[in-house]
Amino acid sequence: MKQMLNHELLQIRNLKKYYPVTTGLLSQHIGDIKAVDGISFNIKERDILGLVGESGCGKSTLGRTILRLEEPTSGEILYKGMDITKLDKKGLRELRREIQIIFQDPDASLDPRMTVGDSIGEALIIHSITDEKERMKRVAELMEQVGLEAGQASHYPHEFSGGQKQRIGIARALAINPKLIIADEPVSALDVSIQAQILNLMMDIQQEFGLAYLFIAHDLSVIKHMAHRVAVMYLGKIAELADRREFFQNPLHPYTEALLSAVPSLKPKGKERILLLGDVPSPLNPPSGCRFHPRCHRVLPICHQEEPQLVEISQGHFVACHLYN
Amino acid sequence: MNNTILGVSHLKTYFFTRRGVVKAVDGIDFELKRGECLCLVGESGCGKTVTALSILGLIDSPPGRIIDGEVRYNNLDLVKCSPKQLRRIRGKEIAIIFQDAQSALNPVFTIGDQIVEQIRLHLGMKYTEARDKAMTLLKEMGIPSVERAMSYYPHQLSGGMKQRAMIAMSLSCDPQVLIADEPTTAVDVTIKAQILDIFHELKAKRQMSLIFITHDLGVVAEIGDRAVVIYGGKVVEMAPVSKIIGNPKHPYTAGLIDCLPDISKTTDRLASIPGTTPNPIELPQGCPFHPRCHKAMEICSQQQPPEVRISEGHEVSCHLYQ
Repeated sequence: MKQMLNHELLQIRNLKKYYPVTTGLLSQHIGDIKAVDGISFNIKERDILGLVGESGCGKSTLGRTILRLEEPTSGEILYKGMDITKLDKKGLRELRREIQIIFQDPDASLDPRMTVGDSIGEALIIHSITDEKERMKRVAELMEQVGLEAGQASHYPHEFSGGQKQRIGIARALAINPKLIIADEPVSALDVSIQAQILNLMMDIQQEFGLAYLFIAHDLSVIKHMAHRVAVMYLGKIAELADRREFFQNPLHPYTEALLSAVPSLKPKGKERILLLGDVPSPLNPPSGCRFHPRCHRVLPICHQEEPQLVEISQGHFVACHLYN
Repeated sequence: MNNTILGVSHLKTYFFTRRGVVKAVDGIDFELKRGECLCLVGESGCGKTVTALSILGLIDSPPGRIIDGEVRYNNLDLVKCSPKQLRRIRGKEIAIIFQDAQSALNPVFTIGDQIVEQIRLHLGMKYTEARDKAMTLLKEMGIPSVERAMSYYPHQLSGGMKQRAMIAMSLSCDPQVLIADEPTTAVDVTIKAQILDIFHELKAKRQMSLIFITHDLGVVAEIGDRAVVIYGGKVVEMAPVSKIIGNPKHPYTAGLIDCLPDISKTTDRLASIPGTTPNPIELPQGCPFHPRCHKAMEICSQQQPPEVRISEGHEVSCHLYQ
């Protein structure tokens, strides 16, 4: 059993996704937007890896690239040891039985002209559970698992509230018993009181079905609640990666420190907030050296020139910062 | 001296749609004191934005109409003011910052032109004077290379910068009251911290009277002096922020606080409020919160709860405290 738990489900090696930028009549190539720029991490079975970062840091692109909704530029994505980047269409379909995604905007991810029962059942048809009766039974089961009434299967998406639509999105992802779910900001479009319901539901199904999550969010308090391990992304690179406890008690990267201090809390804290200056720079033309150095409050001369590597400081705690080299 | 700068009483704004009457704001009362930051807190659809728009006379009619109540400002009832009177107040004495700076700014004019236009219109300044004032404001908001920023179009600025330009614009005529409608919702956490800092400064340096609309109780704790919690178009609780957070009386307020994942502690399971926010066309009878309330009693579904005073400045509308 122990061995099972330690089983690496997903291994990502130096993954890159560049979007070429062209100009003029001849589409002259003038550069790349390096949305994901050399990222490596692992997700074990039943693991929840929280991925945080500001908008434009590449976290959604990373999630989509893992499912090959975006074609990676280079690097390896190993799922149970098999390289996803080399799969053909048929192989991909098999893969998506195992990895599913929940999107941020439940409104945009459901077809308004399909009943939610059909939407949930669609995945079953594609993955060859074609018997109508059996399918309807499974749909009813799924809807109840996510806290909806089975009788609502014949309703259309507009008849549901935002939170309910997100439940439908979850039921859809669960339909074919995946092992890994990529949750791309699943609660950021929801109201606070609904957000808690959905987070609880995601925790419950994670335990019940033994799922692993790549949980993408920008809200650190949500990440703290959900994740076993946390990775911080900045401009296409991982700045820090650690176990939850270690991450929140002993953050090392100045960017992590600033992010943590910026979270508004109900108990106004005594310690001074680290205010980051300026915005996230353009990924088309990232700063030299460490990408964070123009905004960093602990910047060293070396940060302007040399890019820091992600190194393991203590057991399972990785950080890419010259302060610790 | 009268300490209240803006008073809203019995405000009712309804929208008359084909599907029925939407009671977006259904009898809201509150007073804004000079120099304080009053937070209107609630989830989407509770009526907090409509309240702000009603104050400024920005409700589209039809379908919307303020059917009752008054908004007192300087011996004036803004509800009864003519459009011409309102135009003179809006932007000059009471200014608003919208949530979505992207759609609130005009995409075909430069940032500079938009701010200068407002200053010249309201204060009758000369172009060069107005331009200087606009630049000073942008600088105050922490926008780098102001000269260049003035000639930018909105799409050339990042989200945080746009929000700052909006704030600069709203401050351009030195308003008495500033209404900020979710100014931190659409931005990243680091930008949120920057924007909150600007508001802290407005409070400290200009003694600005602020109405801050938000759904984020963390933000309320950070910036608010008093908070008004709104649910289903009605005020359910009103108190100083320390009491709202530390000693909430209404089950809805308590629920909102409990269901926030708190970064300062680790919990296995979040408390949650069952059900969903009510459809404003079919608001429940009695207390609008009773179908979701775990302390609901029989009376809650029949009678609207009265306002009960818990302590000085702490009022709650709930049958539990009668």
